[in-house]
Amino acid sequence: MLRFFLRRFAVAVAVALTVLTLAFLLTRVSGDLAISIAGPNATAEDVEAIRIAYGLNRPLWVQYFDWLGRAVQGDFGESYFFRDRVSNLIATRMPVTLTLGFVGLAVALVVSLPLGILAAVREGSWVDRLVGLVAMIGQAMPSFWLGLVLMIVFGLQLAWLPISGNDEWQGYIMPGVVLAFSAIPSLTRLTRSGMIEALASDYIRTARAKGLTRLSILVKHGFRNAAIPVVSIAAVQLGFMLGGSVVIETIFALHGVGYLAWESISKNDFPVVQAVVLVLAIIYIGLTLLADLLNAVLDPRLRTA
Amino acid sequence: MTALLEVRDLRVTIGSTAAVRGTSITVNKGETHCLVGESGCGKSISALSVMGLLPRGSKRETTTLRFAGEEIGSFGEKQMERLRGDRMAMIFQEPMTSLNPAYTVGSQMTEVLRRHRGTPRAQAVDRAAELLARVGITAPGLRLGQYPHQLSGGLRQRVMIAMALMCDPELLIADEPTTALDVTVQAQILRLLATLQKELGLGILLITHDLGVVARIADRVSVMYAGEVVESAPTAALFAAPEHPYTRGLLTCVPVPGKVRRDEPLGSIPGVVPRVSPGFTGCGFRDRCSQAHAACSGTIPRQTVSDGHELLCTLAPGWVAREAA
Amino acid sequence: MPTTRGAKLLRNPGFVIGATIVGLAAIIAILAPWIVPYDPFVIDLDRRLVPPSFMEGGDPRNFLGTDQLGRDYFSRLIYGTRISMVIGVLTVITSGLIGITMGVLGGFYGGKIDDAVVFAITTRLSIPAVLVALAVAALRGSSFLLVVLVLGFLLWDRFAVVARSTTMQIRNLDYVSAAWCAGASQWWVLSREVLPNIATHLAVVATLEMALAILLEAALSFLGLGVPPPLPSWGLMISEAKEYMFFSPWVIMIPGAALFILVLGVNFLGDALRDMMGTDLSR
Repeated sequence: MLRFFLRRFAVAVAVALTVLTLAFLLTRVSGDLAISIAGPNATAEDVEAIRIAYGLNRPLWVQYFDWLGRAVQGDFGESYFFRDRVSNLIATRMPVTLTLGFVGLAVALVVSLPLGILAAVREGSWVDRLVGLVAMIGQAMPSFWLGLVLMIVFGLQLAWLPISGNDEWQGYIMPGVVLAFSAIPSLTRLTRSGMIEALASDYIRTARAKGLTRLSILVKHGFRNAAIPVVSIAAVQLGFMLGGSVVIETIFALHGVGYLAWESISKNDFPVVQAVVLVLAIIYIGLTLLADLLNAVLDPRLRTA
Repeated sequence: MTALLEVRDLRVTIGSTAAVRGTSITVNKGETHCLVGESGCGKSISALSVMGLLPRGSKRETTTLRFAGEEIGSFGEKQMERLRGDRMAMIFQEPMTSLNPAYTVGSQMTEVLRRHRGTPRAQAVDRAAELLARVGITAPGLRLGQYPHQLSGGLRQRVMIAMALMCDPELLIADEPTTALDVTVQAQILRLLATLQKELGLGILLITHDLGVVARIADRVSVMYAGEVVESAPTAALFAAPEHPYTRGLLTCVPVPGKVRRDEPLGSIPGVVPRVSPGFTGCGFRDRCSQAHAACSGTIPRQTVSDGHELLCTLAPGWVAREAA
Repeated sequence: MPTTRGAKLLRNPGFVIGATIVGLAAIIAILAPWIVPYDPFVIDLDRRLVPPSFMEGGDPRNFLGTDQLGRDYFSRLIYGTRISMVIGVLTVITSGLIGITMGVLGGFYGGKIDDAVVFAITTRLSIPAVLVALAVAALRGSSFLLVVLVLGFLLWDRFAVVARSTTMQIRNLDYVSAAWCAGASQWWVLSREVLPNIATHLAVVATLEMALAILLEAALSFLGLGVPPPLPSWGLMISEAKEYMFFSPWVIMIPGAALFILVLGVNFLGDALRDMMGTDLSR
């Protein structure tokens, strides 16, 4: 068990380092960074000055190790545009993104789990087919468009919710729902298939033979086992949601890291973009580790193996 | 002797298959009744329908389904729930998968008592430990805290038996409880069931395809074929003078020390159990039967051979002796 | 039995709906220049934001109205179909080539090669795709080709995962082992046993990835870093119209609905393929 986790952890570190390297290469190989920073109206001298000021004239591998050395200490340099430490910028924006992610995950779970269980209990019926259709619709929904439609309906016409911004807590509702849409299809399908498998198992027959109530059979004996894969996928989905926050935050003007990344991209502020990519990747890696850990906690067979 | 369980003319159809076709079984108090037959003959379905645990899409009909003097055939799901695990309990063939992997042995055992009697946790745990000791598990305190995957198949089946006994049931239905176990463990579990039955006065309905098991612990045997009980008799009578050609066929498949010579080949019955659709008439065994004749496709008479020995066959009782003569 | 399989598909309502939508989209995409009522690029500033003909204030000349620059919305929508379909297909080809190659190699050879493939998949999954696509587009300047390449290089993971696991299953089947023992070459086993058997699984992945690519292209274009204007990508149409959406909601409803229906159709098709496979594999 411990061996398994040490190995998992080593792989996670290796993946993180690879992403770090890719994030570095992304900005150096994709174009001349100095020209991008200097902007379209800069003269050749300006560009040269920037090249020297940012150390872009040094050999690539020197720049890489210099950058890597700082990055592993959490130092991502300074923003060209915001004139602030990148780490500061991310730290102040992160709570917004995390809140959005958790709201999205909560909404997704509240919708997916009952739908999945219902579909499994009524497998093959019209309820099951309806749930399948809902999942399909969720999967085909363009999130940015859904965001705009919700804005028109709930923000403007019904005026129930603020159209954008994160000054009030209500500002998280619409973006959270939109974000949840991306996770609902897979979580619903997984809950359904897990429940179907669990309900067909011998221990459910035992539970029935024990005279347990229907609710107890369904929740305590069925869902408890179906939930194991769902929990770990939920952690992974949270990672995907944080990664997808850039679109949602831009639409709803939520000042999280996604919005920060968007602003920085349009301002050619690459240290920030690089850092956001990295931080989101590392959070994802951490979440997959957490998912494995949760699996072991929930499944006694893994815990004591 | 009073009947604990009385089933008359049980019919179960699953989809387009007539799984059980007019089966009657009686289990008396303190008696072990064995239901024997090949796989697919409807013996498990019969047992499940008594418990009200039939799979979805199956239909049950019966003229009488009496348990402890009460007609339970018309019971709804709620009423059956209260009966199951409390006054009638069941154990299954697959001890490896019949326990929930996510909960400890203790939690799964106490659950039964808490559900039916509302017993406080501490008392329920005491009862569970007592029963684990009773079914021959050493260190019951330790086992209560363990998960199913930490136990061997034999131990799990003992846990299943102990769990079935939590509420002191009157009837225990055991569906091939030893089939999945090692031979030595099989013997232990059978001995345990026999002992428990004597001590607790349990009525046991034991389903098996193993005639060795029957000979060892049954008081009474019913032989099932293609959804019907073709012969039913006290164990000694059945082994001494089997009447139905199918029963005779089954018995020649089992080596009996002293009776079967070393170089003599064991018998076998050619063919397989047919899948019977509703509306089928006549004897289900006629295509495999060496004694089959025209009358076998008509209605088969139910005959009494001797006291408590019933036969479902067109052959007159005693045909074996007459043929030999 | 291709005939019975085809008959089974035709009785599946999901397949019929999906095939109809995708088939229509393909025809519209191919015939776009001949079926548009107007040139989708011609600006007419005197006739801006004319509502669709079936709405109040609509003009029968413009079935779906005109956009903020007076361009015919219906014609732009038709050209947008072309962009979505081409992006979807090209991305699937690119990502499919990358993902299937990696997955089959890993699943077939196992050992170190497989470790490397798994590592690459893990790394890819941990990279936030939309963000990286945006960053690359911003650095290099966005273009149609760049969108295809970026999406192709980001969406190969599911191809790799499925190709790897199915290849492993096939490789371990008895009859494939028998082929090895009979002295079949690696290439023979790969091309005769592995690829034909994983093809249906990969077809399902292809539909999923095509749907995802179409959605992502629209999202990138919506953020202004996908297909550059004046090309009428549906995402770009929504983006350009969103300033007017509170007064004339139809400007975003029309391209959004088109996007949703096309993606739904592709998903229906994939689902029907998966259903068919489910029954096929149980033989």
